[in-house]
Amino acid sequence: MSANRTLSVPYLARVEGEGAMHVRIKDGRVENVEVRIFEPPRFFEAFLRGRMFLEAPDITARICGICPVAYQMSAVHALEAALGIQVDGPLRDLRRLLYCGEWIESHALHVYMLHAPDFLGYPSVVHMAADHPQLVNDALALKRTGNQIMTVVGGREIHPINVKVGGFYHTPTKAELDTLVAPLERALETAVATARFAATLTFPELTLHHELIALRHPDDYPMNEGRLVSDRGLDISAQQYQEHFAEEHAAHSNALHSHHKGTETYLVGPLARMALNRDRLTPLARRTADEIGLETPCRNPFRSNLVRAVELVLACEEALRLIRGYREPREAAVAVAARKGIGWAMTEAPRGMLYHRYCLDDHGLIEDANIVPPTSQNLRAMEADLRAFVTAHLHLDDAELTLRCEQAIRNYDPCISCATHFLKLDVARS
Amino acid sequence: MIPTLVLGIGNADRGDDAVGLAVARRLRPMVPDWIAVQEHGGDGAALLDAWRGFGCVVLVDALRSGITAGDIVWLDARAAPLAARLGGNSTHLLGLAQAVELARALGQLPERIAVLGIECQDFAWHAPMSAAVAAAVDSAVALLLAELHIADYASESADAHGAA
Repeated sequence: MSANRTLSVPYLARVEGEGAMHVRIKDGRVENVEVRIFEPPRFFEAFLRGRMFLEAPDITARICGICPVAYQMSAVHALEAALGIQVDGPLRDLRRLLYCGEWIESHALHVYMLHAPDFLGYPSVVHMAADHPQLVNDALALKRTGNQIMTVVGGREIHPINVKVGGFYHTPTKAELDTLVAPLERALETAVATARFAATLTFPELTLHHELIALRHPDDYPMNEGRLVSDRGLDISAQQYQEHFAEEHAAHSNALHSHHKGTETYLVGPLARMALNRDRLTPLARRTADEIGLETPCRNPFRSNLVRAVELVLACEEALRLIRGYREPREAAVAVAARKGIGWAMTEAPRGMLYHRYCLDDHGLIEDANIVPPTSQNLRAMEADLRAFVTAHLHLDDAELTLRCEQAIRNYDPCISCATHFLKLDVARS
Repeated sequence: MIPTLVLGIGNADRGDDAVGLAVARRLRPMVPDWIAVQEHGGDGAALLDAWRGFGCVVLVDALRSGITAGDIVWLDARAAPLAARLGGNSTHLLGLAQAVELARALGQLPERIAVLGIECQDFAWHAPMSAAVAAAVDSAVALLLAELHIADYASESADAHGAA
């Protein structure tokens, strides 16, 4: 095998957005690792300037087709902080319920359709479906349940239209939410089965040493609220985020790379969330984590599917709890008046912490917006892991090593940038 | 009549990506009530639910294949697997082609299913559809009407009439 090798994956499959991976090996050593993002920058922060604050949830929802709720939630919480209002009671619960729907959708697809084929030895979920139809049907059923929550609470299954600064445009009736109970009870059973299934897979060995960063809340497993904490003592509010973190442009990528000042690399997402919040799991999720032998902290990114499976259980359990305890609010939203201010918020998207910051003028127009998505926070860690993984597996041939690298990137469930779709054909037919 | 669904797929905020939705909107008032015309955001996994119960399905979507913008491609998805890369680089989790092939593997493919693709060129945010693609909407609608009414159902209807 040549000492000089170049591994290139021009299009990363089963990754949200468009990206590529490039690894160069020279003289038997890994010389360069780049995860390239080449969809044009999205300019969302610029789009938001001059817009009325009320528009932000609907504009930012379009950043991602998989985690629009995360963008909406970070947006409304940051804007509410700027405007000095607090949303609680049933409206707060509905927001958490909506987030549960997104976690269920996103995690179900990732665990079964994107990641399981890697560990069962199939090139895609389509190939896997022929031999394992039940797994795929389970995934579709879970995804459908997440979609139902999104539709009932958010108005439609992707890019919800019902989220508003101050609450919602319309709140569901108790009867409407009750229609979700039976599918969620089935989904909960499927989620536990999912975790048991995920635990039967064989994962490559890899131990990460990144700083693990996630939100932490006094009572809840974090979704919408909490302070940003790490396994190395970080403990800050959203307002302090930019004192501690910075974004920089990497020449090979259109996405900004984020770093925690004074540290090498850090990781956000399920591994970090679970490591820092295992004691906040719901009862069945905790029992499931114990049953499948999920270690704490889990530092093998290939085992992140186990964490997602446990979080699926948690999201179903939480959704049921929130629906059963729901009391219809008198108003769909808290009254909001425009005023000058700055607001910050962090929430936990399925793939990690998402930070938003907004400056508003006297009329409630957005003067400045800053959005730091989880994938740009994980890019440095992703490249570091690829470097470590390739270094340890140089004996593999190019095809095998390339496949393993693709799998390693899928560990992060990256959302490189999206909100469009198109078909791509090698051969045109007309 | 076979329950029939025409599903216009796209994103209204991304230039030419809206063409599937535009075709659906133009077509809707022109079809009899046994043909459902719906719009869809394109989530592949949800497509399988969207077409459940329909015996005949046409998916109308933006295409980026390198042919001339505005050109229309008709693929019989039942007859042969869709090209491996059709939708392979989609920014959706599960693209249209993957959804169709997943349904085929699971035995959930409608009895008849076709894809009407319109070649697109500009997916810029908040941009209108390009002139070439906007001009293709009427042609796509005409093709759909021809395929749904004349090629399939008019003859069936005539047969049924003849038999009576």
